[in-house]
Amino acid sequence: MDMSTPVSEAAEAQVAIDVDRVSKIFPGEDAVRALDDVSVGIRRNEFFTLLGPSGCGKTTLLRIIAGFEPPTMGALRLDGTDISRLAPDQRPINTVFQNYALFPHMSVARNIGFGLEMLGKPKREVNETVDRMLKLVQMEALKSRKTSALSGGQQQRVALARALAPHPRVLLLDEPLSALDLKLRKEMQIELKRLQSETGITFIFVTHDQEEALTMSDRIAVMRDGRILQIGSPRDIYQRPAERFVANFIGESNFLDATLSAGHVTLKAGGGAFAVTAPPGVADGPVSVLVRPEHAAVRAGSPAGDELPATIRNVVYSGDATTIHLELGSGELFKAKMSNSTGGGATLPSQGEPAVVTIAPGAVTVLKD
Amino acid sequence: MAETSLPATPESAAAAAPRGRAYNARTLPGFATVAICAFVIIYAPIIILVVFSFNAGTTLAIWEGFSLRWYAQAAANEQVQGAAIRSLYLAGSAATIATVAATMAALATTRTRRFPGRTMIYALINQPLMVPEIVTAVALLIVFAWVKVATGHNSMIYLIAAHTAFCIPFAYLPIRARLETMDMTLEVAASDLYASKKQVFTKITLPLLMPGIIAGYMLAFVISLDDVVITEFVKSAGQDTLPTYMLGQLRRVVTPEVNAISTVILLAGAILVSLFFWFSRGRE
Repeated sequence: MDMSTPVSEAAEAQVAIDVDRVSKIFPGEDAVRALDDVSVGIRRNEFFTLLGPSGCGKTTLLRIIAGFEPPTMGALRLDGTDISRLAPDQRPINTVFQNYALFPHMSVARNIGFGLEMLGKPKREVNETVDRMLKLVQMEALKSRKTSALSGGQQQRVALARALAPHPRVLLLDEPLSALDLKLRKEMQIELKRLQSETGITFIFVTHDQEEALTMSDRIAVMRDGRILQIGSPRDIYQRPAERFVANFIGESNFLDATLSAGHVTLKAGGGAFAVTAPPGVADGPVSVLVRPEHAAVRAGSPAGDELPATIRNVVYSGDATTIHLELGSGELFKAKMSNSTGGGATLPSQGEPAVVTIAPGAVTVLKD
Repeated sequence: MAETSLPATPESAAAAAPRGRAYNARTLPGFATVAICAFVIIYAPIIILVVFSFNAGTTLAIWEGFSLRWYAQAAANEQVQGAAIRSLYLAGSAATIATVAATMAALATTRTRRFPGRTMIYALINQPLMVPEIVTAVALLIVFAWVKVATGHNSMIYLIAAHTAFCIPFAYLPIRARLETMDMTLEVAASDLYASKKQVFTKITLPLLMPGIIAGYMLAFVISLDDVVITEFVKSAGQDTLPTYMLGQLRRVVTPEVNAISTVILLAGAILVSLFFWFSRGRE
């Protein structure tokens, strides 16, 4: 994790939202600890994603930042000021809701102008900003429409414009793309990224979609059971997951048994010793390691040097790549994914035949658990 | 990463699932006969009443030609005028107070966290729907008699109070129904966009609730306009409403004047109830 490198004074000062040891317990007979001692600093002008399966606490954290829920414990600071006790209308933070929550009795323009109107801005300023926002989300033509007459994608744009219009210091997005179809979702991902860099506003984005998180974020926090497991850039999270859960949740993974000894691991399945950087707290001895399928190559023949003997179980062609399912000498199952552009899949042995697996140097990651 | 596109498939599978032909009661034998009989039983007496309100003769049994004389006579009758004004004043006051109370009750039972006794309160609000009207009428007669003796005060206030009480559940039900279908995220979104609690209510909750409030008001108005039992028990001398005036007339000579008044009330009621359905549909 690159997070462990010393944070400079300058980076510290750039923190927009500082979540400081926040816990949330929903009272009741079956009291739920939705957030468990969560701390995270979200930097100014950052596209930050809270990623995790449903029930991991990501939406609860977002609602606490917005002010819809008070934290049970801990503090929340915006640019250094404690805002944990402020009502939502007292916070310069706006939200794009999952169901958009557009006001059905108002036109598109009045929806977008609502925030500024409530802030008591003069009419001229409201109208100018509304026009600018309509242009920003390319909705000028639908200015005076009723919101119920809009398509899902258009409603999404109005919801975004409405939340951006008061120029909040932080914009919260609660799975805003989940109701859109795949093509529209891809378009909106690029659109959101563009809006974020054009407006210079800090975006906090909640999703359960790992691909969405990887494509859009500057940094990602992976959450599970009310806790943050890892914070890092998409590259960090994908290539150096700290835990098995993170590795499994993001991308495809092979988990193999291995032995760690003096900065090197030896796989149970054979092959040579791989140089690794073990995460802190992992001692020499049996460990679990991760190998991404695309970091392994397969060919016919018998093993030589550091190659692993294996038997081919299944070969799946998927257009751009071929996935080969194998059984290693240790009995462990293994997936290798080879790009078809290099012709890797063309010369493969077929089902049941022996093969050898080569793992790229540096592709073995030791996991914490 | 190919698996991320998977969640889209269950929906398309559900959409493609075969759907059985909907059950249709109209294909049952005798459906049309039963329906026609029911409508005749409900509407025939009313149609006869309306027809005889235009009778030129003085009886309710023999048709002697078309005339508007009973409408003219009713309109010129000072007692009818007084009763009509009293009825409208009573219905207007009771429906207004009941709608305000019902709106507050509906907000309290839908816009608060669940609290112990909420179901109980719901039942208490709807009490007038469950207690037989005659019981309420006798109870009010006794209580108001005490109050009248104790205070010496005697005005329409007693009728307004009584009507307000039994109008509340009729105003409450459509308002509550509207609140329950309203997306609560809208109010959250408004507060997120810097609206104060008061602004959330006046800019979001109230405008969206309006169709329910108007529907509730009209229903309460019709119910009050129509009431005989409680009014008859609670009213003092000279406080006849149209229904109690007509009841009084029936004890003497029955002329088509009563039919004419009934027809006007029927028309007013029909218009209000139609408007009620129009508004409760939400105008969206």
